[in-house]
Amino acid sequence: MTPFTYARADAPDAAVRLGEGGARFLGGGTNLIDLMRERVEAPGALVDVSGLSQAIEETAEGSLLIGAGVRNTALAEHGLVRTRYPLVTRAIVAGASAQIRNMATVGGNLMQRTRCTYFYDVEGSRCNKRSPGEGCDARGGFNRIHAILGASEACVATHPSDLCVALAALDAVVHVEGAGGARTIPFGNFHLLPGETPDRETALEPGELIKAVELPPLPIAAHSRYRKVRDRASYAFALISVAAALRVEGGKVAEVRLALGGVAHRPWRAHAAEAALVGAPASEASFLAAADAELVGAVPLRDNAFKIELARRTIAAVLSDLSEAGA
Amino acid sequence: MSIIKGAKARAQGLAMGALAKAVALAPDSWIPGSTPDPLIRRRSGHTGKPMSRLDGPLKVAGQARFAAEIALPGMAYAALAHATIAKGRITALDTAAAEAAPGVVLVMTYRNAPRLQRPPVFMSSAKAAWGDDLPILQDDQVRWNGQPIAVVVAETQEQADHAASLVTAIYAEEPAATAFAEAKSKGSSPGSFMMQPLHNESGDAEKALAAAHFRVDATYTTPRHNHNAIELHGLTCAWEADGTLRIHDASQMVAHEAWTLARIFGLAEEKVVVTSPFVGGGFGGKGLWQHQVLAAAAAKLAERPVRLLLPREGVYRLVGGRAQTEQRVALGADANGRLTALIHTGFTAKPPASAMPEPFIVPTRSAYAAGAMLLDVQVVEVDGLSNTFMRAPGEAVGTFAVECAIDELAEVAGIDPIELRIRNEPDKDPVSGLPFSGRNLVEAYRLGAERFGWDRRSPAPRSRREGEWWVGMGCATGTYPYYRMPGGAARITLTAEGATVDIAAHEMGMGTATAATQVAADRLGLDPAAITFNYGDSTLPGTVMAGGSQQTASIGASVVAAHRALVAELVKLAGNDSPIAGAKPDELSCRDAGLCRADNEAAYESYASILARANRPSITVEATPSMPFEMMHWSMHSHSAMFAEVRVNAVTGEIRVSRFLGSFDCGRILNSKTAASQFRGGIIMGLGLALMEETQFDARTGRIMNPSLAEYHLPVHLDVPDIEVIWTDIPDPHTPMGARGIGEIGITGTGAAVANAVYNAVGKRVRDLPITLDKLL
Repeated sequence: MTPFTYARADAPDAAVRLGEGGARFLGGGTNLIDLMRERVEAPGALVDVSGLSQAIEETAEGSLLIGAGVRNTALAEHGLVRTRYPLVTRAIVAGASAQIRNMATVGGNLMQRTRCTYFYDVEGSRCNKRSPGEGCDARGGFNRIHAILGASEACVATHPSDLCVALAALDAVVHVEGAGGARTIPFGNFHLLPGETPDRETALEPGELIKAVELPPLPIAAHSRYRKVRDRASYAFALISVAAALRVEGGKVAEVRLALGGVAHRPWRAHAAEAALVGAPASEASFLAAADAELVGAVPLRDNAFKIELARRTIAAVLSDLSEAGA
Repeated sequence: MSIIKGAKARAQGLAMGALAKAVALAPDSWIPGSTPDPLIRRRSGHTGKPMSRLDGPLKVAGQARFAAEIALPGMAYAALAHATIAKGRITALDTAAAEAAPGVVLVMTYRNAPRLQRPPVFMSSAKAAWGDDLPILQDDQVRWNGQPIAVVVAETQEQADHAASLVTAIYAEEPAATAFAEAKSKGSSPGSFMMQPLHNESGDAEKALAAAHFRVDATYTTPRHNHNAIELHGLTCAWEADGTLRIHDASQMVAHEAWTLARIFGLAEEKVVVTSPFVGGGFGGKGLWQHQVLAAAAAKLAERPVRLLLPREGVYRLVGGRAQTEQRVALGADANGRLTALIHTGFTAKPPASAMPEPFIVPTRSAYAAGAMLLDVQVVEVDGLSNTFMRAPGEAVGTFAVECAIDELAEVAGIDPIELRIRNEPDKDPVSGLPFSGRNLVEAYRLGAERFGWDRRSPAPRSRREGEWWVGMGCATGTYPYYRMPGGAARITLTAEGATVDIAAHEMGMGTATAATQVAADRLGLDPAAITFNYGDSTLPGTVMAGGSQQTASIGASVVAAHRALVAELVKLAGNDSPIAGAKPDELSCRDAGLCRADNEAAYESYASILARANRPSITVEATPSMPFEMMHWSMHSHSAMFAEVRVNAVTGEIRVSRFLGSFDCGRILNSKTAASQFRGGIIMGLGLALMEETQFDARTGRIMNPSLAEYHLPVHLDVPDIEVIWTDIPDPHTPMGARGIGEIGITGTGAAVANAVYNAVGKRVRDLPITLDKLL
């Protein structure tokens, strides 16, 4: 690990001040510290913000405001989260291990970085995300876990978070604060596609800090699922994951939310599928057709063509499950 | 392999073959094990009981001190920098930044490393223990991607790690053969293992196959695997004032290691002392690799004790694993399912310098009676880190191919897979013609099938569905040979209070020290609490490798020999006034801390009494057992009947093993508690082999891309179902204690049982490991 300085800030404004000049904010450390050990990241300064708000509060408008310092376990176990947004709970408990969930924070979860093994291999592999412009060894190498949607010539990495897939389906809002003041970022704009600049992963400006994540009121979310498909029963990243909420009226889809994990550089909100579904019969044929509408632009790499069929089947299975369970 | 090396190996093979023939034909009475060990008859002692591990409390309390936890005064910490190309030459190596970094004591490269001898390759001498003979940090050549190019020694581990990251190298790359298919297209050479050619042939198997009533013929492939013991490879070492090199290591071969390191450093054997009282898992990977030599060399240069603990990635870069295989299995059978042809041939990859082709045909030699047989391993040369032994080398992947093929034949012939195996049980060893020392596979199948509920399996795939899940059952035979290597020796010191047994053996978590204590207690007629078993120290008697599942046999035979010497000594000391006066050792038994006549237990005198009368506080004997000729006189193998129930998700192809049962025939079980754990551990490793383990070796660069437990998948708790293990407990009449080793057999047969169950669930044969969900979509 490269030497660094460490400071702690329990209030956003203090954290932002301490973070000026290129410091990295440290949450539970379950990803950033690993990346520092692997020398993928070598920040000169860390500002520990795990002491930021750990509150989960209901706002006057009926949103849930989740402090950036809330631990994943606490969020998953929260009563209102379990009843109003069960897919959030399911997404969290599908990830990592109990020990890691006890440490990981909500703010940190949004900042997780890809598991691409070429990204991790600082000494021996090329990666445009790590070293812009040097090339990508993943494209012609082991890319079973890589992207099928929204990738670029420069980068085929996927975003690894489970929680973020659920947040994408829910139209969450990210509250941030920087030197220029506070602002909010719609979740769909928070994570970026790689394009020519895969090193830029979020809409955060340099020095900006995540303060909270807001879940807007969404009655449909009470009837939701998160399903994760992976290479072993636990403790593996998603090959494909599906976050969905569904309301059926008179045999037809009245309202739907659908997001995918493991397919792209960001949690993938399936707008095309949603558009195809609204008003369609709540049948397996509609669900498969909607999946096809979303995946029509999918581009497989050497090792991951199976993800297209896997995503298609998993989307249909989750929607069928929601439909049969009484949407 | 070069022509000269090939010729030498063939000559050695011929010599071994001639010896084997002579031993095979010798009368039983000349052979060790001809008279059953008296302990086999004794069923009321400590042997076989579920005694808890003697080192359990220490480990649970965190007080067992492992190699890289030993603190020495003035100790410095080491970290390695590794090459990032597969083959070539270092043209520039910049260590200035590392040398200038905080806390750095020194940076050692090929330019300033002490001059060292090349390592002696195992089997080249009795105690040689290296997998290749490549020089260690002696020149500018890069021979594999990950090879150490610098050792940084610093005041703290963090400083060493950081400084190692500052070492930079420029290379002149040379073309490397890193792709299996490409290397294969350039030709192969015959493999040999343990000085025997990996080739057996009887009759014309291809002709018999062509004429067979039923036929299957398929190719099975298995990937590279890496060692992932919980305890990382590490050591703490120091050069002492008298020039002794003392190494606290994680080792499964302390005596081999001391001798081999002495050769490399040009020292007398006794000037290297290796201790290893606790090892957190070995599996064939805790032998000698470059890190031990590099740490010792750095300690010499620094004139300070040095600790080197490899990080997980370092283990992948430095410690070889299981080699890749591509196996053809073709079976021909008559209308009754009797095998008329058995062909098991194929290819394995290894670097040119590696002495270890993965011997996947070994388990097939004694598996089935077949009219004609052709077994062959061809070696393809691929540049990379030398591969090595990994739990049941040969058997783990060889049984996958053959036992899947048997399942395929059972379907083609319309015969239950267990019945098909029973019909092809050999009555003597099919290759050597030797009688079996003990073979109760049919009994293991009978017990296992009943317990597992095999009769509930439908022979037709896709017969059972529960919700989204297809459910299937499969079985397979596992097998592992009885080995006892030369080199055993034991010292027993007897006092009025008890006995101390000293052997340079190893405890890697499997319960060796506990089982050895139980057996020694019964043999000496003492309470286990009165036995002290010392091991894990190269200065103790014996050269006993914890490998090949042979350690228990080697310890057992060594203690038998030392016990015999002890009894003879006691009779001498007892003199004419003792109730045992004049008895020969064979006429005596041990009981209640003393000796009695075997045919008259009342004629007894206690050890305390004998010693007191002779005015001796203690007596010490040391002895060496006879050469292990029993292995050439009988065909000695353990077997298992493995049963798996799996669930395959109809939507996603996800596979979950829902039940597993192993029914073992391994001779007498010495400790039912630690044995059950050994069996289960092997099976869990087999589940990993079946479903997830795979080293991602990037053929473009020869670089391992998943050197971490996050990306190299092993079964986690949720992947492991209830595993039931049962055993026949039928003693082998020709082995010490009637036991055969149990360390490796659990992984064998497991992969095929899972694959066959997957087929039974969904009707798809996956012949390419691991069976991941994408192969079932």
